[in-house]
Amino acid sequence: MDSFAGRRSGLVWAVHLSTLALVILWVIPTFGLLVSSFRTGDQIVGSGWWQSVGTQVQQLAAVRVAGDEVQRDGLFVIEGQLFTAGTEVGAWGTSSVAPEVYAPGAVVALDGGVTLTVAADGSFVLSSPASMADLRMPRVFATASTPPEFTLNNYGTVIASPLAGQSIGQAFLNTLTVAIPATIIPILVAAFAAYALAWMEFPGRALLVAVVVGLLVVPLQLALIPLLQFHNWIGIGKGYLGIWLAHTGFGLPLAIYLLRNYMIGLPRDIIENARVDGATDFQIFTRIVLPLSFPALASFAIFQFLWTWNDLLVALVFLGTGNDQQVLTGNLVNLMGSRGGDWEILSASAFVSILVPLVVFFALQRFLVRGLLAGSVK
Amino acid sequence: MADLVLRNVEKAYGEVKVLRDINLDIKTGELIVFVGPSGCGKSTLLRMIAGLERISGGDFSIDGVRMNDVPPAQRGIAMVFQSYALYPHMTVRENMSFALKIARKSRAEIAAAVDKAARVLQLTPYLDRLPKALSGGQRQRVAIGRSIVRNPKVYLFDEPLSNLDAALRAATRIEIAQLKEAMPNSTMIYVTHDQVEAMTLATRIVVLAGGGIAQVGTPLELYERPRTEFVAQFIGSPAMNLLPGEIVGIGAETIVRLDAGGVARSAVPTTMADKGMPVTVGVRPEHLRETESDALFQGEVAITEALGEVTLLYFATAGGAAPVVAKLPGIRPGLRHRTLALTADPEKVQLFANGISLLYR
Repeated sequence: MDSFAGRRSGLVWAVHLSTLALVILWVIPTFGLLVSSFRTGDQIVGSGWWQSVGTQVQQLAAVRVAGDEVQRDGLFVIEGQLFTAGTEVGAWGTSSVAPEVYAPGAVVALDGGVTLTVAADGSFVLSSPASMADLRMPRVFATASTPPEFTLNNYGTVIASPLAGQSIGQAFLNTLTVAIPATIIPILVAAFAAYALAWMEFPGRALLVAVVVGLLVVPLQLALIPLLQFHNWIGIGKGYLGIWLAHTGFGLPLAIYLLRNYMIGLPRDIIENARVDGATDFQIFTRIVLPLSFPALASFAIFQFLWTWNDLLVALVFLGTGNDQQVLTGNLVNLMGSRGGDWEILSASAFVSILVPLVVFFALQRFLVRGLLAGSVK
Repeated sequence: MADLVLRNVEKAYGEVKVLRDINLDIKTGELIVFVGPSGCGKSTLLRMIAGLERISGGDFSIDGVRMNDVPPAQRGIAMVFQSYALYPHMTVRENMSFALKIARKSRAEIAAAVDKAARVLQLTPYLDRLPKALSGGQRQRVAIGRSIVRNPKVYLFDEPLSNLDAALRAATRIEIAQLKEAMPNSTMIYVTHDQVEAMTLATRIVVLAGGGIAQVGTPLELYERPRTEFVAQFIGSPAMNLLPGEIVGIGAETIVRLDAGGVARSAVPTTMADKGMPVTVGVRPEHLRETESDALFQGEVAITEALGEVTLLYFATAGGAAPVVAKLPGIRPGLRHRTLALTADPEKVQLFANGISLLYR
């Protein structure tokens, strides 16, 4: 017994550890994306998100000294501020070859008796025995520490961007317009079909079930172009109606299959009892089977919603590219192309697009596992 | 008021006939129990009466109206399932009012029917609970209540007590008997494999075997005058002892010489033509008693089972035949490995030829 119990607990530990590993594997990038989306572009370039709460040490862009010359104690002096307030200079230099050679406050002699001092707060003093009006001003390279900065501006920018094909806010609404009907319609259709295939006797039922199972393995890419041509032929063209129909069609086989398997696992006695009680098939479906199938309906709804939300291919084929029809995924592709270097824009956009799947997942995860298991294993 | 008539009813799955030549007349107010071994088709027959299975052949009518193609809801029946089949997402009240809602009865009418049924079945405190919050016995009562509210002509019970534990089963059995008393005009058909339920509840018992009806009769008729060896062995526990022999004396009292050596006297009358006929003597364990002379059976006690009120004795028999069992009253210690001589009153001894009782020739 002891050895058995010991082995068992080892297994439990292995399960826990691998779960932990998976959780870390998924949570870290998501969290990094979230943090990055609140940072400024400069800071994203300067340091990783895990350093975002500390002081940012970074090489500042070179600044050419400039200012008005004043005469003081027989010397010509230029004083001023090199960087924005709050920047703390850690080291500085006057050539790009050695940008960090001097400590703040050091007095450095340049050519022609000119001396330059850069203090820690970024203020400088340039002095010379002769007028520097004709002199080419030196450049200052500095490594500066800036306080961490978090901002909501990225979100403001991406959500309300006026640029065509880059307004995440509009794309968000467009994606909802696609995903919600594309989830509800197949569930409605599939629930009826699943009930009939599970509990109504009619000739050809087994064949229909076989066809549905067969359709599960047909890749949807096969149907894209013929379907689009068909849509054009009947006059739907590219638009929301077309993509709802397409998503419905592509989702139906799995929906019918899952729901039928779940419904057929409901106790036969309950349905027969309802029949003896005088319920018609429609009443049995709406009053008995539908409420009892809620876990399966919910789990399929989650799958279909996430799939339509994250879909790019079907949207590219069946929707237009204007601001009024561009979905989030398409929008992200656009941003990658036009603003590929602006990580703060990309990370904010990406996070907007994964926000809804995250909420859906956390809100409905208990149905996810239960419904799927109940539908397939039972 | 509901007389049920089954004429030559049969059920076939493709080529295989699982039930055939079922002829049965059920009168208003009877409680008919279907019994039989597993797979004999008793539940199938019940479901055919309910309309849940198609009747492959023959006629079934309720009150003279042919019901073969009438959907279940319009047959005036209510069914109680073995698994209770409560709607798990509805409260007790909703479960009980479901059929009435479907039938579009008025709200007041539904409430009255549900309240009345709940009172009869002592379910009033549980009306707003879900089935999962009820015990097995309470669920069973809800299932019965659900059929009562519909006020059907015929109640069908499909092994309603087999999911209950022994104590609850006895209590619920008595409740069903009382329910039957309270509704003298309702007809009930009850499927069970439990002999005690069959014997105590039934007005008449229908024994099904091998796809047909083996015998129909009151419980005591089946016990005292079984038509076949099968019925004789199926009714009563432990089963009736069957001993092969040959008729040597005829008349109002028949004398049989048993192959094992004993002599049996039976009150079953025989005629001249029966002399020398090979027969099987049937005698119930509880009718065997010890004797000094003229033994029907003599053997060594192999095993004893003391139950307190009775003691069961199992006798070893030659050639691997089923052991002879005797049920002696009271506590009888020290009988193991003793050789006993047993006999029975002639009125209690049955004679079977080719599996059929000589009483029913």
